[in-house]
Amino acid sequence: MDFDLPPEHASFRDAVRELAQAVALPVAAEVDRDHRFPEEAVSAAAEAGLMGVLIPREYGGAGLDALAFTLCIDELAQACASTSVIIDVHTSVGSEPILLFGTDEQKRQWLPRLASGELLGAFALTEPAAGSDAASLKMTARRHRDDYVLNGTKVFITNIGRAGLYVVFARTGPEERAAGVSAFLVPAETPGVRVGQMFKKMGLNGSPTGELVLEDVVVPVANRLAAEGQGFTVAMRALDSGRIGISGQALGIGQAAVDESTALLRGRTREQGDDFTLADMATRLESARLLAYNAAWLCTAGRPFTREASVSKLHCTDTTMQLALDALQLAGEEGAVSGSPFERHVRDAKALQIYEGSNQVQRIVIAREVIQ
Amino acid sequence: MDFDFSEDQVAIRDTIRELVQDRVAPRAAEIDEKAEYPKDIERLFAENGILGIPFPEEYGGISGSSVTICMGIEEIAKACATSSLILAVQALGSYPILVAGSEEQKRRLCPPLASGEKVAAYALSETGSGSDAAAMKTRAKRHGNEYVLNGTKQFITGGSIAGTLVVFAQTDPEANHKGISAFVLEKETSPWQSSKLEHKLGIRGSPTAQLVFEDVKVPAANRLGEEGEGFKLALAVLDRSRPGIGAQALGIAEGAFDYALNYARERKQFDQPISSFQGIQFMFADMATQIEAARHLVYLAATKVDAKAAGLTKTAAMAKLFASDMAMKVTTDCVQILGGYGYISDYPVERMMRDAKITQIYEGTNQIQRVVIARALLK
Repeated sequence: MDFDLPPEHASFRDAVRELAQAVALPVAAEVDRDHRFPEEAVSAAAEAGLMGVLIPREYGGAGLDALAFTLCIDELAQACASTSVIIDVHTSVGSEPILLFGTDEQKRQWLPRLASGELLGAFALTEPAAGSDAASLKMTARRHRDDYVLNGTKVFITNIGRAGLYVVFARTGPEERAAGVSAFLVPAETPGVRVGQMFKKMGLNGSPTGELVLEDVVVPVANRLAAEGQGFTVAMRALDSGRIGISGQALGIGQAAVDESTALLRGRTREQGDDFTLADMATRLESARLLAYNAAWLCTAGRPFTREASVSKLHCTDTTMQLALDALQLAGEEGAVSGSPFERHVRDAKALQIYEGSNQVQRIVIAREVIQ
Repeated sequence: MDFDFSEDQVAIRDTIRELVQDRVAPRAAEIDEKAEYPKDIERLFAENGILGIPFPEEYGGISGSSVTICMGIEEIAKACATSSLILAVQALGSYPILVAGSEEQKRRLCPPLASGEKVAAYALSETGSGSDAAAMKTRAKRHGNEYVLNGTKQFITGGSIAGTLVVFAQTDPEANHKGISAFVLEKETSPWQSSKLEHKLGIRGSPTAQLVFEDVKVPAANRLGEEGEGFKLALAVLDRSRPGIGAQALGIAEGAFDYALNYARERKQFDQPISSFQGIQFMFADMATQIEAARHLVYLAATKVDAKAAGLTKTAAMAKLFASDMAMKVTTDCVQILGGYGYISDYPVERMMRDAKITQIYEGTNQIQRVVIARALLK
């Protein structure tokens, strides 16, 4: 039993920290205020090789593991939550499905461009009537000789409009629910692909979220990921890893809240009530960190980690929501003023309890594993 | 990084688990009801080497690893919190010797504890000195080659049945906490009296004694470290023992969780097992999550004890705080899941809820843990 980070992971984390603090942190408030894409932070991350953390070296990536990925997202989120979610979605659900389920040809075709950051990845599963109940999705993909023709609308798509490649889930057969779902790689420039409504959110304002509308979009069979009917399996496996990434985001926002609270309390008269709040915050964050590392470690070791990823996502994000609120409470009025990191963390943290499987869905997953 | 226990540790745990299921679990309700010290369980642990876990092999033990101690405490506490204290207090009472004892003291004092011939206890608290341990009044005056102890210690777990007792006393009252020294009393040569046993909410089979020292003579050779080093030692020991209380809380919570889970699968209402209701399922999901979070903190702290790692004080406090607050919440929810049956003593979960409460209080109340954590963060 050894809870220490391996030295190479620790130095990787330090390198990401340096970059995030230098490039992402200075723009975090502005990106939030102006609802603008953190171009400079994402570009810097791409130059540093952070868009291909999980992609093997033979495809131009860094060839690192789930733990390194968690650390990367954690460090980015400490600086700027919007930047972290853009890179998280790109890396996990936006690229990893190709890594896990793609043919050699698909890997060669797409992974180098994703790893370099030339293409930004995105994941299109959710629909207006299919959120937590993803298996009820309605988007269709009709086979037509060597092509599929996709029609339908996806919502709440992170990296919308910025992504060069969407992993899209659509119905290929008459089979009910999950059995009829297949996965496709849809390049953004394909005719018929358009951005629908853009959503104005309460947080993560630098990360574009919106509708992806597909109207008679023709993609070759070569762009189908895994066999017909295997799409739901692809989605669920992608989300398992995705939950590790979201845990990393939660750790980052939570750590920022703890660090800022610590600095705040150091600078004013000590009150025991405040001290106790900080002690509880730090304790919960430490427990969350261990759960995230545990899930990442299991994933890397090739062991089952579905339950642990859900446990981690649930605990990390619930913890961070509470931490962000506690930190804001410690900061008082000044923390509630627009532009303050304290109020931004509260708005950013809320999304984490909802996306990549709401925390109610996590509880369903955990309960299923525990009770069976 | 490695989140798994070693093979040796798993083997020890499995042995303890089996022993606990066969011999401890069937006794737990009775131990609680009669509020009698389970001497039979103590002997069982002695015979099976469990009381030797806190000691390295060179002092007659089988481990000395905090991780292994925590695993043992956790396993026992799943069935019986009182019985888990036998191991926890054996560790607590021996840490001062292992941490501050000279080689001669360790070789002399540890083997009878490691073999289980004797059990240990740790006497720090007094009526007027609980969280404020430095305010203790017990005096130790030097006369030639011995010290004479006078005073009263309060809430001493196992103090009435111990053969070896570590006592903290003032050797220089003017110097406050810097005047505190630690002594090892052996019952045969330095007999102390227990004046009363407390009636308690939980851990009812574990004797909590008030100890009275009236001119009790202790050889100077049984002083641990130098005069005035006792307070520092007391704190160092608590850093090492707090993960064990976290492990106890963890075990209590797991025991209640497992019981409630089986119950929920069997119990039918509205023609279906209550485990099929989402409201109940979410309670289990939250409990499982909190238990897992606590487990990692407990074992992180234990590995830091074993590695003598930096930051132990903070991590040990976090483990104890989080695990004990978690256990209180989880056991309360388990009583809720069993409903009326949860509230009656025919079922074990109400006992577990009563047992959980003390883990928030002893070895530093959770308020003290927060003070310790905040101090580390804001230093």
